[in-house]
Formats: sequence, C-alpha cells, structure tokens
Amino acid sequence: MEAVAPPLVRFEAVTKRFGALTAVDRLSLDIARGAFFALLGPSGCGKTTLLRMLAGFEAPSEGRILLNGEDISAMPPHVRPVNMMFQSYALFPHLNVEKNIGFGLRQEKVARREIAARVEEMLALVRLQGYGRRRIDQLSGGQKQRVALARALIKRPSVLLLDEPLAALDKKLRAETQFELMELQRRLGTSFVIVTHDQDEAMTVADRIAVMDRGRLAQVGPPAQVYERPASRWVADFIGEVTLIEGRFSAPGIMQTLIGQVRVADAGVPLGETVWLGLRPEKVSIGGEKPAGDVNAVAGTLHEAGYRGDMSIYKVRLGDRSLMKVAVANTGTRQRDFSPGDVVWLSWPADAGMVLTQ
Amino acid sequence: MSRRAKVKRPGGGRLVVLIPYLWLIAFFLVPFVIVAKISLSQTAMALPPYTPVLDLAAGWEGLKQFAAQLSLDSYALLASDELYLRSYLKSLEVAGVSTALLLLIGYPMAYGIARSPRGLQPLLVMLVVLPFWTSFLIRVYAWINILQRDGLLNDVLLRLHIIDTPLAWLASDTAIYIGVVYSYLPFMVLPLYASLEKIDPTLLEAAADLGCPRWKAFWRVTLPLSWPGVAAGALLCFIPVTGEFVIPDLLGGSRTLMIGQTLWTEFFSNRDWPVASAIAVALLALLLVPILFYERLQKRAIGETP
Repeated sequence: MEAVAPPLVRFEAVTKRFGALTAVDRLSLDIARGAFFALLGPSGCGKTTLLRMLAGFEAPSEGRILLNGEDISAMPPHVRPVNMMFQSYALFPHLNVEKNIGFGLRQEKVARREIAARVEEMLALVRLQGYGRRRIDQLSGGQKQRVALARALIKRPSVLLLDEPLAALDKKLRAETQFELMELQRRLGTSFVIVTHDQDEAMTVADRIAVMDRGRLAQVGPPAQVYERPASRWVADFIGEVTLIEGRFSAPGIMQTLIGQVRVADAGVPLGETVWLGLRPEKVSIGGEKPAGDVNAVAGTLHEAGYRGDMSIYKVRLGDRSLMKVAVANTGTRQRDFSPGDVVWLSWPADAGMVLTQ
Repeated sequence: MSRRAKVKRPGGGRLVVLIPYLWLIAFFLVPFVIVAKISLSQTAMALPPYTPVLDLAAGWEGLKQFAAQLSLDSYALLASDELYLRSYLKSLEVAGVSTALLLLIGYPMAYGIARSPRGLQPLLVMLVVLPFWTSFLIRVYAWINILQRDGLLNDVLLRLHIIDTPLAWLASDTAIYIGVVYSYLPFMVLPLYASLEKIDPTLLEAAADLGCPRWKAFWRVTLPLSWPGVAAGALLCFIPVTGEFVIPDLLGGSRTLMIGQTLWTEFFSNRDWPVASAIAVALLALLLVPILFYERLQKRAIGETP
C-alpha cells in the first residue's frame, strides 16, 4: 500500500533562481507521510528557499512541487494546507496569545466557540494553559516559541514547516525543546519538515535528513546513515568531526596511506584509485603504549589536549605532519593524563574507518 | 521604572532634565497665563487696551484689587454670540474633513514608500519633505496663482476640454482644502511611514500562511499595527489645522470664518484683546479633548490587555 500512495511532498527537478544566483538547482526530493524530515546545510545552501517554496512564499523557476500528488507550484500560500513556524516566530504583536493562536481558524470562519475550544486544546498541547490573555511582549523566548508552534499547528496542516525553530533559544532550552518537538510530532502524527544549520539538532530530531550543498542534495538518509556512511568527504566533514586520510587500496581491505598501511573494511573500490579514509574522533582510541590485538595503530605526538568535562579532545600530530582528532568519553573519574609533546598511540578497528571516494 | 528612578543622577544629568521644563515654563506656561489673565479683563481705550492692569508695585492690596476686577464677561460673550460658535464649528469641520482627506492621500503614499526598495526610501522621504525648503507663505501664494480664474488649474482643465468656462476655485472651501492638504501632507506621511516601515514583513507572510489573502492581511495586520502612526499623523494635522489662519485667509472666501480669522479680527480690527484671548483659551481647551483621547489610547496600548 505504501508503495502505491504518492509521497506526501515531492519536489520534481525544482530550480529557483534569484537573478544570477541559483539558490536551488534541479533538486528532486520525496518526503514521506508522517516523517520528521530535516533539511540541513550551511547558510546559503538553499534549504530555506526550498522550505519557502513549499510554503508558497517563493515560486519555483522551474520544476514542480507536489503535495499528496497534487501540483501546488502555483497555489498561493493562503490556500495551501501547510503551515509554517517562522524563525523570528512572526507573532502578531497587536494580538494576545489566544488571538495569535486562533488567527488561522478565524480566517476560515470557524465558529467562535470552536475556535476557543481548539485554542484551549493547543495551549494545553504546548503547556501554556492560563497564558491565553497574555500580550506577546510579556512572554519569554521559550514561551513565544510555543505560541508560534501552537499557531502553526491549530489548522492541522498536512505538513508543518519549521524554519530554524530553535535558533533563538539558549542551548539548554534548545536541547529540551528538541525532545518536546519529537514527542509532539509522534503524538500528532503530523509530518514535520525542519530547516536547520545545526547538525546536532537535525540528527536529534529528524528520522530523515537531507544534506544540502549549494542548491543540490548532497545526501538523503536516516541520521545514522548520513553520519556513519557519508556519501562524500564534504558530507563527512559537514556532519560531525572527521579526520581524512588520502590513500589507495593495494589489495582488498588494505589501504596504503601517508601514515602507513591500514586495514579497512573492504568497500569494493577498485585497486589503485585515490580514496580517502575518514575517521570519526570518537572511534579512535588513544593510549601510552602500542595496543595489542587486531587493530590499526599509529604513533604520534600529542599536539593539544582539551578537557570538556564529558569528553576530552586530543589533537595528535602523525608521521606525515597531519593532525588527527581523537575524542575520549570520560567514563571513569580517574583521568588518563597526556600532555602536549607526549608520544601516544592511536588505534582503531578495521571497520571503524569510512572509505570515501568523492 | 521605579528602580530606574532610584538611580542617582550626577548633578549635570539633573540639569539636562530641567532644560525642557524651563523651556516649557518660559515659552508656554508664562505666555499662556498672560493670555488667560487678559481673557478675564475688560476692553478699555488705553494702553494696553484692557483693564485691570496688574500693578505689582501696589503690593498685596493691588493684587486683591486686581483680582476683584477680573470677570468672565468675554467668555459669556463667546457663549452668547453665535458668530464664535459658528467659527469654532467651521474650524472643526475644516480640520476634520482635511484630516480625513490627508489620511486618504497620505496612507497610500506612506505605504508605497515603506514598501519601496530600501535604498530608494530615503530619497522618497526627502521628496515628501522637500516643499519645506520653500517658505510656507510663498507656497500658499503659489496656490493663489494656480487656482485663480486665469490660473494654471483652469488653463489645464480648459485645454483638456474637461470644462468649458473657467471655474472659480479661489475664495471657496475647496481652495482651503487644497491648501491645507497640500501644506500638511508631510505631517501625515512621515509618522505613517515611520510606523509602516517598522512592520516586519514576515508578519504578512505569517498572515498569508494562516489563510489571509493579501487584502485581508492588510486589514488584520498592517492597519492595526500602523494605528500609532495614524493617530499621530491625524493629531499632528487636526490640531494645527483647527487654529489655521494663513490658508483660509489667503485661499478661503470672506464667508468662510475659521476661528483663527475670528481671533485675528477681534485682536487687530476690533482691538478687543480680552475676547481674542478668551477665544484662544477656549480653543486650547477644545483641542485638549483629542489630545487627552490620544493619550488614553496610548496608555491602553502600553498597559495590559483586559
């Protein structure tokens, strides 16, 4: 059944140009019903333009946008069954909380009593009961964010668009709100599309991530896949930290690099081609002696050590003068102490490295 | 607010706060008290042309004698003679109609400027203010030229075959309205522009997103948010137009008597200083009504919603 139903949202070779600038370049993308979908990328990659085209604020220069199989490219925003939560929240300063939340229903000429009931329901949903009569300027940033969310949800949109919804919150509140958003999305079953430049946020909340770079999709997949099996060096570098080592396969599973021969899980890459080995800092172990066992090990000198509480970050200079980043979770209370200049051994199992061809 | 009040200001800071008060006392309160005092006097063939004259040299007795001679006769005259009431009403009518016209013309102008590209806006605002570079009187005189029987306006209308015979524009209410709207337009456009320009365009996107077509978003979002500008512009025009003298005197007919002209006649032609002063005091009292109304609206906007 899922195979025959059209995806909730489909971008078909969508291009958006602003004058000489191509913000979105022949991009095709499907978003499934009920998904929590993240558009992730550096600023200027076109993710916000893509979202604004879905909301109807921008018309695609070329291509089509389908919602439930219906072409909505030419539909003005006020008739689209999607709602958006704006980065600035865009709450109406002349209306109180309850009038802001009920604004969308008032435009549909819903009966007053029903509006009141649904506003009350929304206030409960975002845990703002009793705040209905407050003025917008009497709210904290977190409360404004909730009002904006409630206002966008009250019309029960088929897709809720969130444009950097948590960017204005401080770090701790942001982390809490991320989980609240996820719970809300699961409870309502509404499809959420979130735009963010924060990869931690995208990985936390979304069940699928589209990584964008200069108007194109760099990779689409679940967070773990994007992180563990990035499609390119660019994605590996953009999502999380990575040390990239250039080399080539001399035999299946054996890679020759500037830091020596390393064993890698075979990626089926033809021998002799230039490839890169990507190593995430948390997958590499650091120690004072050469580790025993079936692992790759290289020696280096500790360049910098940073203690971050939950983890320690080390930068180690290897034989070819390159730096490798290592992150160690501080699980025990006793610290293993390395000082800059110490000779240390770095090791990682063969399947910890990612082979990147692009 | 109360916390800020407790912060000790250095002496210099307190002096700076005093300056506007001193200014208002010297150039508003003192002249007003003098005018109010004259309004309670009687005309006299003397210099100054009224009695009693306060003689401070006579001390306490002189002051008592002076106070005993004050009377409300001038105000009684204002209330009894219909001429004054008609003048006041005419002034309010001209001010009210002009303010409405100014809003109708000024709002689209201000809206247009606020919606123009950012770089263009300062230029457009400057164009609105540009007439101020020429003297007000010269501009009103220019309108006499335009509006007279063989003036520019009739000339253009005749050439376009809109009219067959020249119309008498001058010495009519129409001429007053043309003059007032022309002269006061910047006072309407600037506060409107200031409030419209502050409106975050994202709010209109949010309104559209929530189901408002453009015209509806204007009524639901733009207009309510520009209300402070509307009120400020209306007040800035209504109050001075009520007391306007030059425009009705130069462009209006002799039959149109606004309160400013009546006051002028009492003062300069009849040399009745007490009645002229009473007119001025009554006008001020009259204009306090819209000002207080505006203040209350503003307080309500700042205070909590019920």
